[in-house]
Amino acid sequence: MRGRLVLEDGTVYEGRAFGRPGTAFGEVVFNTGMTGYQEVLTDPSYCGQIVTMTYPLIGNTGICEGDSQSHRPFVRGLVVHQLCATPSHTRMIGRLDDYLYGHGILALEGVDTRALTRKLRVHGTMNGAITSGDAPGEELVRQLSCQGPSDLVAEVATGRPWRVFGDGPHLVVVDLGVKLNLIRYFSRHNCTVTVVPPTTPAEDILDMDPAGVLFSNGPGDPADAHAAIGTARELLGKTRLFGICLGHQVLALAMGARTFKLKYGHRGGNHPVRDLRTNHVQMTAQNHGYAVVRESLAGLGVDITHTHLHDATVEGLSHRRLPVNTLQYHPEVGPGPNDSEHLLAAFLTSLGGQAPAQKAPEFPAALAYQGE
Amino acid sequence: MPLRTGLEKVMVVGSGPIIIGQAAEFDYAGTQACRALREEGLSVVLLNSNPATIMTDAEVADRVYLEPLRLDVATQIIRAERPQGLLATLGGQVGLNLAVELSRAGVLEQYGVELLGTSLASIQMAEDRLLFKEAMERAGHPVPLSAIVHRLSEAKDFARRVGLPLVVRPAYTLGGTGGGLARTYEEFELIVARGLKLSPISQVLLERSVEGWKEIEYEVMRDLGGNCVAICAMENIDPMGIHTGDSIVVAPTLTLTDRENQKLRRAALDIICTLGIAGGCNVQFALDPRTGQYCVIEVNPRVSRSSALASKATGYPIARVATKIAVGLDLTEITNPVTGATSACFEPAIDYVVLKFPRWPFDKFRGANRSLGTQMKATGEVMAIDRTFEGALQKAIRSAETGADGLYLRELASQDTSSLWQALESPDDRRMFIIAELLRRGREVMEIHALCHIDPFFLEGIKRITSMEARLMEPGALPGLLRPAKELGFSDARLAAIAGLDVEHLQRLRWEQGIEPVYKMVDTCAAEFEATTPYFYSTYRARENEAVPTGRPKVLVLGSGPIRIGQGIEFDYSSVHAVTSLREAGLECIMLNNNPETVSTDFNASDRLYFEPLTAEDVMSVIRLEKPVGVVVQFGGQTAINLASEVAKHALVLGTSVESLDISEDREKFDRLLTRLDIPRPPGGTAFDTTQALAIAHRVGYPVLVRPSYVLGGRSMEIVYNDEDLFEYMRSAVVVSDRHPVLVDRYFEGREVEVDAVADGEDVLVPAIMEHVERAGVHSGDSIAMCPAQSLAQPLQDTIIDYTRRLARGLNVRGLMNVQFVIKDNQVYVLEANLRSSRTVPFLTKVTGVPMVPLATRIILGASLASLGAQTGLVPPSALVAVKVPVFSWAKLTAVDTGLGPEMKSTGEVIGVDVDAAEALAKGFLAAGVNLPGAGTVLLSVADRDKPVGVELGRALFGAGYHLMATRGTARSLEAAGLPVETVAKLDEGSPHVLDVIATGQVVLVINTLTRGKVPQRDGFKIRRTAAEFGVPCLTSPDTAAAAVRAMLHRKSRPLAGPVALQQYEAVGRAHRSTGS
Ligand SMILES: Nc1ncnc2c1ncn2[C@@H]1O[C@H](COP(=O)(O)OP(=O)(O)O)[C@@H](O)[C@H]1O
Ligand SMILES: Nc1ncnc2c1ncn2[C@@H]1O[C@H](COP(=O)(O)OP(=O)(O)O)[C@@H](O)[C@H]1O
Ligand SMILES: [Mg+2]
Ligand SMILES: [Mg+2]
Repeated sequence: MRGRLVLEDGTVYEGRAFGRPGTAFGEVVFNTGMTGYQEVLTDPSYCGQIVTMTYPLIGNTGICEGDSQSHRPFVRGLVVHQLCATPSHTRMIGRLDDYLYGHGILALEGVDTRALTRKLRVHGTMNGAITSGDAPGEELVRQLSCQGPSDLVAEVATGRPWRVFGDGPHLVVVDLGVKLNLIRYFSRHNCTVTVVPPTTPAEDILDMDPAGVLFSNGPGDPADAHAAIGTARELLGKTRLFGICLGHQVLALAMGARTFKLKYGHRGGNHPVRDLRTNHVQMTAQNHGYAVVRESLAGLGVDITHTHLHDATVEGLSHRRLPVNTLQYHPEVGPGPNDSEHLLAAFLTSLGGQAPAQKAPEFPAALAYQGE
Repeated sequence: MPLRTGLEKVMVVGSGPIIIGQAAEFDYAGTQACRALREEGLSVVLLNSNPATIMTDAEVADRVYLEPLRLDVATQIIRAERPQGLLATLGGQVGLNLAVELSRAGVLEQYGVELLGTSLASIQMAEDRLLFKEAMERAGHPVPLSAIVHRLSEAKDFARRVGLPLVVRPAYTLGGTGGGLARTYEEFELIVARGLKLSPISQVLLERSVEGWKEIEYEVMRDLGGNCVAICAMENIDPMGIHTGDSIVVAPTLTLTDRENQKLRRAALDIICTLGIAGGCNVQFALDPRTGQYCVIEVNPRVSRSSALASKATGYPIARVATKIAVGLDLTEITNPVTGATSACFEPAIDYVVLKFPRWPFDKFRGANRSLGTQMKATGEVMAIDRTFEGALQKAIRSAETGADGLYLRELASQDTSSLWQALESPDDRRMFIIAELLRRGREVMEIHALCHIDPFFLEGIKRITSMEARLMEPGALPGLLRPAKELGFSDARLAAIAGLDVEHLQRLRWEQGIEPVYKMVDTCAAEFEATTPYFYSTYRARENEAVPTGRPKVLVLGSGPIRIGQGIEFDYSSVHAVTSLREAGLECIMLNNNPETVSTDFNASDRLYFEPLTAEDVMSVIRLEKPVGVVVQFGGQTAINLASEVAKHALVLGTSVESLDISEDREKFDRLLTRLDIPRPPGGTAFDTTQALAIAHRVGYPVLVRPSYVLGGRSMEIVYNDEDLFEYMRSAVVVSDRHPVLVDRYFEGREVEVDAVADGEDVLVPAIMEHVERAGVHSGDSIAMCPAQSLAQPLQDTIIDYTRRLARGLNVRGLMNVQFVIKDNQVYVLEANLRSSRTVPFLTKVTGVPMVPLATRIILGASLASLGAQTGLVPPSALVAVKVPVFSWAKLTAVDTGLGPEMKSTGEVIGVDVDAAEALAKGFLAAGVNLPGAGTVLLSVADRDKPVGVELGRALFGAGYHLMATRGTARSLEAAGLPVETVAKLDEGSPHVLDVIATGQVVLVINTLTRGKVPQRDGFKIRRTAAEFGVPCLTSPDTAAAAVRAMLHRKSRPLAGPVALQQYEAVGRAHRSTGS
């Protein structure tokens, strides 16, 4: 079956359609991770987007048990260069194409994804339509312009609170589209984790007597997350706050900063970020289309703790007086490099939890051994 | 951290000659390192014994010492140069070992030299298998269960406890020599016993085998500030048990989930932090595909073959960055040359499949054991890039130049299935072809997987190729399947063969359909950022072409492909210089090559790099796109020359004409030319069958030299002494056909002489005449060459120059040429003329200072020698004597006869230079690893005809205080000459026999010349093999032996002469001449 991706400027990419036939609209973005397509597809932050993977071979390990970041894929569509026809892995429980079909998502393969990526890089993120039908391109472009704004966070976030019990500190997660890895991390370290809807009022959260509140990652424009921003504003100073990705932006907005849209976003697992407190650079997993305006932080009593090495965008904030820390990137990973687990661990410790011991001793310890 | 203070001069140690396991990658790394240091304003002193490298060019370092890589020499250089820092992690294992030696001997401390980059403690922790395992265990990284044993009984105990298979590694042997994987108790005892004997400290490491697990490598970097990045993850298609150097490798990993990939990446970064590495490092893991468990196999705390591959695979210059780190810079302070803007502190994202395919020497060594195991056997490798696995695999196979134009070997098609299964069980270099053949016969992927443990992902890829073949054979398959087939990487030649068309026809069909490749950029970032890397690969599975030709006039230079015996790094050297000269001449220069180890495939080396197979089709596609004004073929060795006639159909071949090339390669035409030019050559003829061969032999007289036509490096060449042997040769050694007859020449056992010349069609410039130490019959590549010639009377020299000039005119040579001569009874005969760059061009360039390749390049572009202000004729010799000594990789090539003959066997070369010929020779031997001990026992076992030489050598050795030992016949002749000699038993005379004395280290040198004819000399073979396995120098030509004895006596009589830097050659030569000594 043939399929097409039509961009808002009329550019058409043809390919072979797989997954569920139909038509879908979304923002077309690219991700440069070489592994981790399953995690990307199931990351709720990609809700509303048609994702193209720059790595040309996708689906090699099928869908593996335990790797999904939510109960379903949220992308509007997927565009790849080559779908693996013969996936294999010991943990594999299904094929990528079947999985997408099952969740009603249309995908394309056989597309020159590098050409597409170059296009997006030059023009910036564009809207597009993915279709297996034969509606003319102009028609799809017209329909694209009529797509109203949708409340993406509401689409992905939980509607009701839920809880995972542990015998450590209590963490409340404001779900803007949280990835399972984040929950897994805190629950693995014995926290009781309560996940609440994005619209939960601050006093309800405080009633739960949390040791801290985490604003999660999620899709869309942070400026649209009115309820969460309001909640965050009220929580400031009342409990420990941590924000990740969209959560970081929401907290920044709550503290009075502004956000802006990046030309084509940061999506991939090789983003170097400098921790300004240690001067160390770490590779990070990123997935965001918006960022905090650096200048808007002036006078807010907020320090920038992390910046992106390439474009100097804000990657982390810390309030000087209040217990508020945020990260623009994904320390919880899945997909991506796990260089920043210590930041999650620091938050965990601040909650009163048991941070895991460093696995590998650093250089001095090893050297001491040499001296024996 | 900024540049280290107090650092002004840095010494860099290279890796020495090319041997199996240590190839051109260290020239690439070393060259980058020197340039990176000089960028920081540092003065660079370089030590490397390999003249065929770019890094040893006078422009690359401030001082270049082409001297033996030895403690004593390095100490002299440090004393003279007083560098503040030593950079040793870019010269392979050799460089690293020398640094450790210098440090242990207190030299570094004495002269206040700091070891830059990774500290000695870290190096030791990484290198010492025991320390390493302990460090890993402490850091919580699993390693395979292992034990160190000193006795066979201990080994057996351990084996009984943990069971077989076990990996056995003798301690402190070079490159894992003598190790292996034991599957049965017999094998186990044998390997352990041998290992205990081989290990100088009688120590063997036993390790639980994780054969069949995935083998995954990470190239990682760490700076002194503690920032770490993983540059590239690579997956060996061949699972654990086959050395990574012999494995087919893909990058990035293709069968790992993100979780597995991140777990291993994290482990790799933790490990380099634990070890305290500063710079580049390679970490090898085994990953159990069933459980996801991993264990650490080893760490190389230096740049390596894998890091060169990773650099080319990603575009990230690992050696350059490692060097900057070593002198104190942080990753964030180093700019990424690809983008020019961002820093080196990032991890490349790639959006293609890279596949590395090794190049093995088994085509040259028919008798060699070609099975693959834990010891590396490949001499070189190729890399291919495509957007699909299948495309990359098929490109790599074409690039390897083994004659296969796809995943198909005719020789396998005729084998029965059960023997194919068997062959798969003990894998050899043909395993991918065997798998394809089994799939063709309908065998299942899972069946094959169960036997060879290659991940089903890769097997399915091969199956897609074979299934496509089947579909292509159906009538009417073309042209419809043409595009899908090209997307799977099929070559036109292979498609034509399958479809039963000729290639031109198929090509026309393809062009009519508009099916042409597009080219994509290697940019380190998967197109996320604007990049201007002029580095491209082709693909048929895409529409957008990124390699948009510029409007400038451009020249395409064909490289020389993988390093193999007979075509080594020397040709990369020439290619790089040609590219540089073309750019200096204002032309845009496009490089096409496929060897990831080399300097020529550094994307900075040319204006544009196409990483493509060197086949007619792939070259033609680039020509069709770029429309160069000309193509240069004479610097890329035989690989490029062989493409000349095809290239000529689509573009102008610059320099010497294709017709002339053809004459030089075609026996009949060349004979006619020589007759016309009145140049004698050894009489001979072309035989299409045995009768004709016998007739020629009778006409010219025995001995004769026989070989198939169109060979490179003397493949299947033999000296034959009688009818019987000739008959046998014709029957078994070659496949004679109408297209490939056999050449039969009178064999002249004379002196062999060689020249390289720059010619402009009118005149020649000959930088020097090289005289071989060994008589003709030992391949020129395996001979020791002295420059200038040491014993050629002036008239002979004149004749040689005259013949060279006549040939150059007769063939209208424009550019380089190499002519080989044999001198018999004062008569000069031409053996062959190669109208291209040669193995000796870099050597000559260095010792004579004549910029041969730049001159040749100018001539190719239309200049004449006169217009370039170059002299003509023979350049007056310098007072310096330079010696080129070949280096072999015997230890890695089990079951190969080490005896020298007309077939080339060496993998590399070193140089010795001094004003005194004997000293130069001695240096050359030392650099080649032939120790010149001052005392000890020399074992002689020489053929009857060499008995007089044997006696002479014996006398000289005895006179100098050496003890003589000989096998019976040789002993008798020595005794008859009145020399005291200890007779040692031959093999059939019972233990202790000749092999025992070699194996137990009782002799310091073996002289064993070859018996003439084809009498199966099993004793001789075993003597030579035992010497190779136990690392005892063994000389098989009486001429080499005589030279070695001369060098030994010289060494005894004189201390090591001071090292001379390349930059001092001229001054030293002049001074020497003026003192008249
Ligand atoms: N425990 C083991 N079980 C099975 N194969 C092994 C084991 N250890 C090493 N090998 C194989 O032997 C090869 C060479 O071993 P390695 O330790 O890397 O030595 P080298 O220094 O020669 O690279 C590896 O590439 C791997 O394929
Ligand atoms: N007619 C001959 N007489 C004596 N030696 C010869 C003769 N022909 C070739 N050889 C020896 O064989 C070697 C290889 O032959 P050559 O023609 O140079 O082949 P290649 O193309 O491999 O370099 C030479 O270097 C020389 O030592
Ligand atoms: Mg190894
Ligand atoms: Mg030759």
